[in-house]
Amino acid sequence: MSDMKALYLLVPLAPLAGAILAGLFGRQLGRSGAHGVTILGVLVAFLASVVIFQDVRNGHLFNGTVYTWMESGGLKFEIGFLIDPLTTMMMLVVTFVSLMVHIYTIGYMKDDPGYQRFFSYISLFTFSMLMLVMSNNFLQLFFGWEAVGLVSYLLIGFWHDRPTAIYANLKAFLVNRVGDFGFLLGIGLIAAYAGSLNYAEVFAKAEGLAAMEMAGTGWPLMTAICICLFIGAMGKSAQVPLHVWLPDSMEGPTPISALIHAATMVTAGIFMVARMSPLFELSDAALSFVLVIGATTALFMGFLGIVQNDIKRVVAYSTLSQLGYMTVALGVSAYSAAVFHLMTHAFFKALLFLGAGSVIIGMHHDQDMRNMGGLRKYMPITWITSLLGSLALIGFPLFSGFYSKDSIIEAVHAATIPGAGYALVCVLLGVFVTAFYSFRMYFLVFHGEERFGKAHHDHHGDHEDEEPSSDHHHGLAPGQKPHESPWVVTLPLVLLAIPSVLIGMITIEPMLFGTWFQSAIFVADNHVGLSQLAASFTGAFGMAAHGLVTAPFWLAMAGVVLSWYFYMRRPDIPAAIQRRFSAIHTVLENKYYFDRFNEIVFAAGARVLGTGLWKGGDRALIDGVAVNGSARLVGWVAQIARLVQTGHLYQYALAMIVGVFVLLTFWLNLG
Amino acid sequence: MNFVVPDFYPAAAEIFVAVMALAIMLATTFARRIATALAYGLTQVTLMIAAVITLFSADASTALTFSNMYISDLMGSLLKLMIYFAVAVGLLYGRSYLADRKMDRPEYFLLALLMTLGMMVMVSANHMLSMYIGLELMSLSLYAMVAFDRESVRSTEAAMKYFVLGALASGMLLYGMSMIYGATGSMEFSGITQALYHQAGNQTVLLFGVVFLMAGLAFKLGVVPFHMWVPDVYHGAPTAVTLMIATAPKLAAFAMTMRLLVFGLFELAQHWQSMLMFLAVLSIVLGNVAAIAQTNIKRMLAYSGISHMGFMLLALLSGVVEGDRHFALNAYSSAMFYAISYVIMGLASFGMVILLSRAGFEAERIDDFKGLNKRSSWFAAMMMIVMFSMAGIPFFIGFFAKFAVLQAVVAAGYIWLAVLAVLMSLIGAYYYLRVVKLMYFDEPEDTAPIHAPADVRLILSVNGLAIAFLGLLPQGLMSLCASALIASF
Repeated sequence: MSDMKALYLLVPLAPLAGAILAGLFGRQLGRSGAHGVTILGVLVAFLASVVIFQDVRNGHLFNGTVYTWMESGGLKFEIGFLIDPLTTMMMLVVTFVSLMVHIYTIGYMKDDPGYQRFFSYISLFTFSMLMLVMSNNFLQLFFGWEAVGLVSYLLIGFWHDRPTAIYANLKAFLVNRVGDFGFLLGIGLIAAYAGSLNYAEVFAKAEGLAAMEMAGTGWPLMTAICICLFIGAMGKSAQVPLHVWLPDSMEGPTPISALIHAATMVTAGIFMVARMSPLFELSDAALSFVLVIGATTALFMGFLGIVQNDIKRVVAYSTLSQLGYMTVALGVSAYSAAVFHLMTHAFFKALLFLGAGSVIIGMHHDQDMRNMGGLRKYMPITWITSLLGSLALIGFPLFSGFYSKDSIIEAVHAATIPGAGYALVCVLLGVFVTAFYSFRMYFLVFHGEERFGKAHHDHHGDHEDEEPSSDHHHGLAPGQKPHESPWVVTLPLVLLAIPSVLIGMITIEPMLFGTWFQSAIFVADNHVGLSQLAASFTGAFGMAAHGLVTAPFWLAMAGVVLSWYFYMRRPDIPAAIQRRFSAIHTVLENKYYFDRFNEIVFAAGARVLGTGLWKGGDRALIDGVAVNGSARLVGWVAQIARLVQTGHLYQYALAMIVGVFVLLTFWLNLG
Repeated sequence: MNFVVPDFYPAAAEIFVAVMALAIMLATTFARRIATALAYGLTQVTLMIAAVITLFSADASTALTFSNMYISDLMGSLLKLMIYFAVAVGLLYGRSYLADRKMDRPEYFLLALLMTLGMMVMVSANHMLSMYIGLELMSLSLYAMVAFDRESVRSTEAAMKYFVLGALASGMLLYGMSMIYGATGSMEFSGITQALYHQAGNQTVLLFGVVFLMAGLAFKLGVVPFHMWVPDVYHGAPTAVTLMIATAPKLAAFAMTMRLLVFGLFELAQHWQSMLMFLAVLSIVLGNVAAIAQTNIKRMLAYSGISHMGFMLLALLSGVVEGDRHFALNAYSSAMFYAISYVIMGLASFGMVILLSRAGFEAERIDDFKGLNKRSSWFAAMMMIVMFSMAGIPFFIGFFAKFAVLQAVVAAGYIWLAVLAVLMSLIGAYYYLRVVKLMYFDEPEDTAPIHAPADVRLILSVNGLAIAFLGLLPQGLMSLCASALIASF
């Protein structure tokens, strides 16, 4: 077992070593040195994960401490690993996608002056994410959680000379703080009531905790814990209303949009809830809350994808919507379906993002879809892989997304928990919406007339969406044609396309209906989860065949056909609709006014409060009385103390005698 | 009365150091030309061998010898090892400093060795007389070391003050001891405990004794109001000697406090605890506040030391809560951990002052640290680690030391005391961070390159990194302190 422990350590430490080398010695290593060490680090982590995966398949689980940081009042602060099927699956996904993104970055960032720094960050991110998923205790989970948040912040603002990037990373950081606040409260409740931060110990006490109430409030403890934890997940996994940071995070370079804001980090919330299934299962109220939030996100964020013109933002909103699907699955106790969708989504969403990035390279950093069209001729590999990714996303039978999304929908269908009816409507409509915006993007980019190379720079004034990054929009010069990207870009696309298509078919049986997650995920007896679905499951191909006659398939097809009709045949219709229903369009364009609301209520409110506290509290009370006052007092006392320190021996002796005198008087009278 | 040959084995390290001190004295008389190097080398070797002896004789069992005047236990062994370490590192840091000032005479190293012997006897004393003898041996050596620069008016004045006040404190201590003896009829700590357990002795006489004992202890620890000598002596003594006073003797003073109060007068805990509280609060407040007004780094570190000792007392006074001795072990091991951490930090801080000094130049002003980052970013980083650690910023050993103490204080129910200690640490952070600010944000006043021998640079770097490393892995040292105390009780 000890050699396995070394291997477990190797998984996070190899990317960390890469990050340190590229970060601190980037200048000495040079560009190829920097990407060499980081790719090597991630490759090692990936290979080690594969070995661990095999080991876990043979039934070798591990839960233990590798390092005790400190022990305090019975509470242990440790670094430990929990290696079980859920962890290994996440490790494989994280290291694989990260490896692909590392390779891709060589091509995408090749002209960027911050090349080494970028590689250092993404390797650091990989390390943090691995620490998060491999943790066996809440403290390490929280550290990983914060570390990925920090790296995400650094990467969104990677182009730190752009004010919009700085705005976006600040926003991401602040919104995540709100979530983390809840998360930390949840962990605090667990520490206070369970007296431990170790998963296994907390889960063992879960039944007991569920019977308790929060002191002084009468709230059921488990519901409070779960909702607090889920608020953390809402921040990280961008659920309404804490989703506002994710679209803006597209200000970062595309590889990190793929790695962090689509495939891995944003799924940390989903992973965390799945990991905490023994807790969430004990609170129906929390599960309903999860379900409603997820369903709302799934549908309403999908709508927003329809009105976006920036290629990355479309993919970003689709990520939000898909995260909503995963959350819905969590809400109906179909944890394995959520994690399954997490995995398939990681592959096809990374693929779509990297494909979008490849298009952006081809378009010389123009991201506006209205300037694209007909790219399939010029970028064949990007075209094919993006088509595969889109098909996976809309859940076309046999593609990976089909298996995961259909399982979720079926699980919602079978669920009896309050809110399931609403969720079913949302996820079904969501299928249509997903298909519509995905293929809208696909058609606008790869088919139809070639709109690039025109004097499109004039357009910039009239759409506000991508005005933030317009200073980076070079676009194609008139007459210039896009070209296929270099192999370092297309290779990851191809390598990601393979699992995007196949992974669902291969793994659905063991993951959803087999015993794979038995040791990691707990479903209470009174929750349906996936049991009903398992009963009718007839194999991957049977499910696909059955899928052809179900509502989701036809809804998806309707979405595809409608988008083809609207954007290929009759482009005047969407324009007409837009005019006709301009009110709705405006609402969508403004993203339901969440940002405005936040700005007016929270930001302005906070400013008013802040100004008030600053003037009244800080300047008058704290600065005036406390800080300057105490500083004056301290300074004054210090001067006195200096004066007392006269240097005269007899005075020193006097001080000692006075001391003895005081002690004597006091204690003889007391005693 | 028949004479029994005592068992020498438990005191092997002390006997070895004493013999070596005499041998070095002889050897340097004959080998005049290499006397200094010889004395230095032999001293270091002696400390090393003594460490080996202590290490090998350390086990969980407790041995008494010399008619129960001497005790060998695990707490003593651990403290002795730390003392050897502190003295050895201190001599190493100070050697070139002394050489630059023509003070590197063999007697210096001899005095250091005798001081070590005195501390060893204090640490292992099980009797008030052996305690006193150890204390005097240590103190007399220190007085002489402070005055080692005979030409310097400041040094001799400091030595004079130290000597006179030290004599006063010794007098008080002796007076206290005689009171306790009078009340309990025993000079041996276990005998005192026995007598107190049986409620022997007049309470007033006992308390009288405790107060005077406390005065002597407080002087050695350098806590308010028995601290007046500290800034003047730290300032006046040559920096190498200041380093010596500020480090190892604190461990000896800790041992003395433990032996006298905990091993001897445990039954009177509620009385001496409240006295310690009085001393601790005054020390933390005055130490931190007065340090702010200092412009001399040695004085600043002197006041900082006063507040650190006050902090350590906080743990010592949290052992017994309303007769419940449940917390004692945790509290005393926190205090021990604090003392050891302080010594490690103290070594590094005065080591830095020595590092910046050179022939004809004392880097004594805080301003001498200005722009250190430009002169040597490595040592600026080391100093930053030391300052952060002393301020109690997390992930350095000083944080865990403070944390452990505060935990003990809170466990004992003195919430107000913990709050006060944290507030005062906050004030304290100001003067530590000021040094960091000067190093990193100000232009250097003195641009001379740092001149120090390689061994000093190496050990100082190791010392600084150890502060950071022990902050990451404090558990080992913490549990070592705890297990030493468990074995010794």
